[in-house]
Parts: sequence; structure tokens; C-alpha cells
Amino acid sequence: MQSENSSVNTEAKKIQTSKVPPSEGFREAFLLHLADTTLILTQRNGAWCGHGPILEQDIAITNITLDLIGQSRNFYQYAAKLINESSLAPSPVEKAGDEATEDSLAYLRTEREFKNLLLVEQENGDWAQTIVRQFLFSVYQYFLFEQLQNSKDDQLAAIAAKSLKEVTYHVSWSADWVIRLGDGTDESNERMQKAIAALWPYTGEMFMQADYEQGIISEIHLLKDRWIEKVKTVFEEATLAIPENIFMQSGGKNGVHTEKLGHILAEMQYLQRTNLGAKW
Amino acid sequence: MQNINTDFKTNPINNKASQVPPEERFREAVFSLLEQVPDPEVPVLSILDLGIVRDVKVIDDKVEIIITPTYSGCPAMDAISMDIRFKLIEYGYKNIKITQVLTPVWTTDWMTENGKKKLLEYGIAPPKRSTNNEDEMPKCPQCKSANTKLLSQFGSTACKALYQCNDCKEPFDYFKCH
Repeated sequence: MQSENSSVNTEAKKIQTSKVPPSEGFREAFLLHLADTTLILTQRNGAWCGHGPILEQDIAITNITLDLIGQSRNFYQYAAKLINESSLAPSPVEKAGDEATEDSLAYLRTEREFKNLLLVEQENGDWAQTIVRQFLFSVYQYFLFEQLQNSKDDQLAAIAAKSLKEVTYHVSWSADWVIRLGDGTDESNERMQKAIAALWPYTGEMFMQADYEQGIISEIHLLKDRWIEKVKTVFEEATLAIPENIFMQSGGKNGVHTEKLGHILAEMQYLQRTNLGAKW
Repeated sequence: MQNINTDFKTNPINNKASQVPPEERFREAVFSLLEQVPDPEVPVLSILDLGIVRDVKVIDDKVEIIITPTYSGCPAMDAISMDIRFKLIEYGYKNIKITQVLTPVWTTDWMTENGKKKLLEYGIAPPKRSTNNEDEMPKCPQCKSANTKLLSQFGSTACKALYQCNDCKEPFDYFKCH
């Protein structure tokens, strides 16, 4: 990190995307990281469809998930375009002689090739755990996209700006639920605190910079400051405590996952793996 | 991004005796057909009312329609592209291209006043201007009372929220400000 001008007014200071162009292949990897993360959360949340605690919330979580799959498709489509235009190492599908597509990237890459955050592959658990996962992720996504909408990469900026409007609703919905359950009954509070304890170790990774994020996101610590500030505010209102001195897991961004991802992919990719190119 | 291009022989519409440049008349004719294409999820609105159509480009006999999604995951985009194509084919257009763009980002501010009126008559509270105070409650489309409450931020489609009127007790959809 270069030394900065100390006269910067913190209020006016904006997170800037770096002026150094990303190294070759970094942009594709970063897009896949964004696409994989939204796809895996889509797959997890999708399991709630028809099982939500009440009809309105079943509809809410599936609507949020619909936004996520839309974002994921946009990232995959753009990644596929860049991969096909580049002379980088062949994507798994090119080995078979085809071009990369949104579907091939989602269905034909292995666990080690997936770059999603560990947080989103964690189990749905009870409603409390699903809510905590959504809230911690949506707040992160909000501040990340706020930064990416100023990216010099026009298409990335466009997807981020589009998604940001949707994520604004996800943050507000999940924050409402965090407060409602945290500041609800003894049992709901206890379940929330349990969910936070289970998921917290997977939040540190969001702010550990992967190689491919260099030149795309700089000043990742500012992202962390904003994230923790929002989480604290909502947790305080919800009478929930933030765990302290927790060891943070990492690896998801670089393809080292918890065992859960393998199970997700086995189910999600089964049809395409066994019937390559199958269509509706 | 979806790029569909057909390369059939052309059948340009017949425009005679007018001072308006032919391409401009061609463009207007296309717009008047697009006015007849309803949104699949809110059929009372045309795709023009909704602000989905960003531009129509006409070069010789080729027509390109530029559309933008309301939400990233809007499942209606494919249906809308197909409906546009069918409508234009029905009127003899053959060289049609439909292009999806993401910028500028769609906003409910692009919804026409006529569209908002139609929504209200249909029983859906129209979106406020995005610059207005978000705390202001939408009015009940049935009894027009402003005494309403939010039931759920997510309604029957991605673009709607569910409200209820405290006076007439009727639940109603509100087209979310976006």
C-alpha cells in the first residue's frame, strides 16, 4: 500500500479503485469469485423455497435469491466473454473444445476452482442462521458494490451499480430480521447468538485480499471498517454481541473450501455432469 | 447479454408522401408497435410505460431494440424479447435485433405518468419519485387512504412490496421505488 496524503478528509474520502491495471487473468478470477459467491448463496437460499417460516418470508427470501442469481449470471456471462477473448490457460470447458459460457462456468468447474466465500457455503441451519448469513453477506456486498460501481471496467461498474439497488433492500430486510429475532424472545436471542458464533469465523476472509483482487479493490480495510460499523449498529439494537478473539478461517477465495461445498456442487452440478449439455 | 439476429429478407413498411425522413417514420412506427407489447408480469403496463425500452435504432431495413432489465434476475426479460420479436414479425419486420444493456441503471422514475395512472386503476400503488421521502407511505389504491402499513418488502414479484390499508383493511401491492 502506498503512503497516502494525510490531509484527506475522512468524511469526504471515498474508497477508490486502484489506478494500477490488474494483472493478466486477475479480472477473470475476480469475476468468477463474485459469480461463484452469489451462485452458491443462491443454491443455499433456494432450499428455503416452499419452506419459509411464513408465506411472506418465503417469498422474501426467494425474491432475494432471484436477485442473486441474476447478479451471478451477469458476472458469469462477462467472465465467459473475457475468458473466450483471452489467451489464458484454457477453462475447463475449452479442454472439451467448446467456448466458456455462463452454464459451463457454473456447472463444469470443480470444487477447487470455485472461488466463493466460505460464508455462503455454510448450512442454512435454522431461520436465525440463514438470516445472520444473509445479513453479514449483504452488508459486505453493499459496501463492495458501492466501491465497484466506480470501477474503470465499465461492465463491472454497470453490474455493480445495478446490483447495488437490489442489495440495499437485502440489507434492510435482513437487518430488520436480525433486530426482530435478537431483540425477541429468550429463545430467538439464544439462537441468533449461536448462529453468529457459528458463522463469525468465516467473515474474516472477506477482508483478506486475494492476489486477483489487487489492482481491482484497493483499501480493503476501509471496506472492513464500514462493514463492522454497520454490523455493530444493528447488533446493538438487536441486543446481540459480536464475538471477540475468534480465529478466522480463510481459503474460499482461492478454492480451498469447507467440506460443505463439495456436497453443494454434487447436487447442483449433477444433471450437467451426467447429461452434458442437457437443456430444458 | 443476449444478441439475437435474424437475417431474413426485408420487408420495409410502405411510407409515402411525407416530409418526415423515412427512417424517423420507421422508428415511430416501431414505437407504436412496442406500445402494444405488455409487461408479462404487470400486463396493464406496456414495456414503454415501464421504461424498459431505452432506444430504437433503424438502419435501412434493420431495426434494433435496446432494452434494460428492471431487476438483475428479472425472469421476464426473455419473454419480453420474444414478445417484441413476435409483435414486429406480425407487422412484417424481419431484420430485428434485440440488445440488452445494463447502463444507465433502470429506475422507476422512467415509468410514464400514464403508466402510473394505469397501475393505480389496476390496484397497484405506483412508485414514488426516488428522490422523494421514502418514509411517506403509499396510498391505498382502493380507498385512497394514506394510513397504510408495510407487510413485507418483497411481494408477488421482485418489483413489488406488500402493504395493507389500515382504514379499509385491504392488502395491496406497491410498485417499489427503485
